[in-house]
Amino acid sequence: MTEFLQQLINGVSLGSIYALIALGYTMVYGVLRFINFAHSDVFMVGAFSGFYLGRHVRPESLWGGTMVLVGAMVICAALGILIEKLAYRPLRRRSTLTVLITAIGVSLLLQNAGQKIFGPNPKFFPKLFPAKNFVLPGHVMVSTDQMAVLAIAILLLVSLQFIVLRTRMGTAMRAVSFNHQAAALMGINVDVVISFTFGLGSALAAAGGILYAMNYPSIDPLMGTLPGLKAFVAAVLGGIGNIPGAALGGMIIGIVETFIAGTSKSTYKDAIAFAVLILILLFRPAGILGKPQMEKV
Amino acid sequence: MISRSQWVLVSVIAASAVLSSFSGRIDDYVLDVTIGVGINIMLAVSLNLINGYTGQFSLGHAGFMAVGAYTAGALTTNLGPQIVAALGGGRAATTFLFAGALLSGGLLAAFAGFLVGVPSLRLKGDYLAIVTLGFGEIIKVIIQNINWLGGSRGMVGIPPYTNLFWTFTMAALSVYVVISLIHSSYGRGFIAVSDDEVAAEAMGINTTRYKITAFVIGAFFAGIAGGIYGHFKQFITPTGFDFTRSIEIVVMVILGGMGNTVGVILAAVLLTVLPEFLRSVAEYRMIIYSLLIIVIMLTRPQGLFTWSRRTPPVAAK
Repeated sequence: MTEFLQQLINGVSLGSIYALIALGYTMVYGVLRFINFAHSDVFMVGAFSGFYLGRHVRPESLWGGTMVLVGAMVICAALGILIEKLAYRPLRRRSTLTVLITAIGVSLLLQNAGQKIFGPNPKFFPKLFPAKNFVLPGHVMVSTDQMAVLAIAILLLVSLQFIVLRTRMGTAMRAVSFNHQAAALMGINVDVVISFTFGLGSALAAAGGILYAMNYPSIDPLMGTLPGLKAFVAAVLGGIGNIPGAALGGMIIGIVETFIAGTSKSTYKDAIAFAVLILILLFRPAGILGKPQMEKV
Repeated sequence: MISRSQWVLVSVIAASAVLSSFSGRIDDYVLDVTIGVGINIMLAVSLNLINGYTGQFSLGHAGFMAVGAYTAGALTTNLGPQIVAALGGGRAATTFLFAGALLSGGLLAAFAGFLVGVPSLRLKGDYLAIVTLGFGEIIKVIIQNINWLGGSRGMVGIPPYTNLFWTFTMAALSVYVVISLIHSSYGRGFIAVSDDEVAAEAMGINTTRYKITAFVIGAFFAGIAGGIYGHFKQFITPTGFDFTRSIEIVVMVILGGMGNTVGVILAAVLLTVLPEFLRSVAEYRMIIYSLLIIVIMLTRPQGLFTWSRRTPPVAAK
C-alpha cells in the first residue's frame, strides 16, 4: 500500500508536468491544426533559462524561485512567438506536410543550436525552491518540490482555463479555432491570436521544463524529446484541441509510466507511451474527451 | 526487349563488380565514403517511395534498417560458420550466406513494415509521422532489451562481407524496383494516393492497400540497406538507428524533392560526400541540416533537384 501511494504521488507529479507540456500541443493544434514539433525543445529552452537565471537569484528561496519561473516563461513565450513568426507564418496556406517538415526542422535547429550554445553535457539543475521532505502517515514521502509541481501546475491550469473561457483573447482563440476566415470577418486579428496562442503554450512549456528539471535535476539539450513525445501522446489521449483533455491525458501517462518504471519491465517505460498512442489512435482517435470529427471533402 | 532502365541496372552492377575487384587498390577512405553513398542511396530511394510517391510521411525508417541490420548480422555472426561449413566452404558458400542473410533481413524488415503499416497507415500527416517515429523508437527499445543481440552494448564481430559490388548491386536494384514500380500501371496508384486520397478512393483505388504496399517495399529495402551497413561497420548499436538517423534519410528525400528518384539519389550523394569536405565544421552539421530543412520548406518545397512541370505533392494543396 505504501509502495502504491508513493508511486501514485510520483506519478501525479510527473503527470502534471506532462499536462503542462501537453497544453501547448493542444492549444496550437486547436488554432492551427498542426503538431508543433518544436514545442518539446521550447520545453528544453525553458529548463536552461531556469538554469542560467537561477544563478542570479538566492537559491532555495520562494521569491527567487518564482522569479526564475516567471523569467523563463517570458523568455520561452518570446521564443515561441518568434518561431511562429519566422517559420510557420509564411507557410500558413501551404500543405500540412510542408508545415510538419518545417516544424521538425525548427525542432532539430533548437536541439543542435542548444548543444552548441549550452554544451552537450548534462548540467546539474540548482535547487530553486526551499526543499524539504515530508513523511505522511503510512511512510509515504512527499518532497516540497513535488508539492510545488502540483500546485504550480494546478494554478497554471486554472488560469489558462480562465483565459480561454473568460477573456476577450480567449474568446478570440476559440473563434479562430472554429474557423479562421469567419473569425477574421468578425474583426478578429487572426495573426495576433495565433501569436498569443504560441506565446501562452510556450510559457507553459517553460514552466513544465523548470518543474521537470526540479524533479530530475540533470538537464541537457536533448532532454525535451522524450517528455515532449509523451506529452504529445497525452494530448492525443485526452483529445487533441481539448484543454481539460490534455491535463487528464498528462496525468494518465505520468501515472502509468511511473507504475511501469516500478516493475521489472522498467526498461520498457519509454516505449509505453507509444504503445498507448497506437492503441488510442486505433480505437478512439478522437481521444477520451474529444469529439469524433468527420472529414469533409 | 531490354528497356533503358534495365540497361542502366545491368551496367551499374557490372561496373560495381569490376570496380569491386580492384577495391584493394582503392584508398580505404574513399572506399568507405563510396559504400556510405550506396547505403544512403538505398535508404533514401526506399523512403522516397513511402514519403515521396505515396505521400505518407514516415519518420521511422531507421527502425526498419535496424531490423535488417540485426537480422542479417545475427545470421552471419552466429550461424555463419556452420552454414558455410555445411555448404562446403569457399567463396560461393560465403556469397550464398551473405545473400541469404541480406534477404532475410529485408524480409523481416518488410514484415515489421507490414506490422507497423497496418495500424498506422489509417492515420494521416502529423499523426502518421509521430506514430512511425514511435514505432522506430519501440523497435530500438525492443532490440536494447534482447540480450543475445547484444542489448544496448551493440552487436560486435559481424563479418566484413560488404564490398562495392554488394552495395551498388543492391542500391541499383532498389532504384530499379522503385522506378519500375512507379512507372507501372500498378504504381500509378501510389501517386494517385499522394495526389488526392479521396479522389483516388472514389476511382476505385484501394488506398490502404497501396499505402501498406509502399510501406512494406520501402521497409524491405531499408532492411537490406541495414544488412549491408552492419557487414560494413562490423559493429552495430541500437542507438545507431535512432530518430536522428531517420531524420538524415528524411532530409535526403526532402532535399532531393519528394517523389523525384533522381533528385533523391543526387541528394543522398551530396549529403554523404559533403560532410567529408566539411570536417572542419562537422559540429555544425546538424545545425546546417536543420536550417536547410526550414529554408527549403520556405523557399523551395519541391526540393533542390526538381525542375519538372508536374507539381509535386507537397506544393499541390
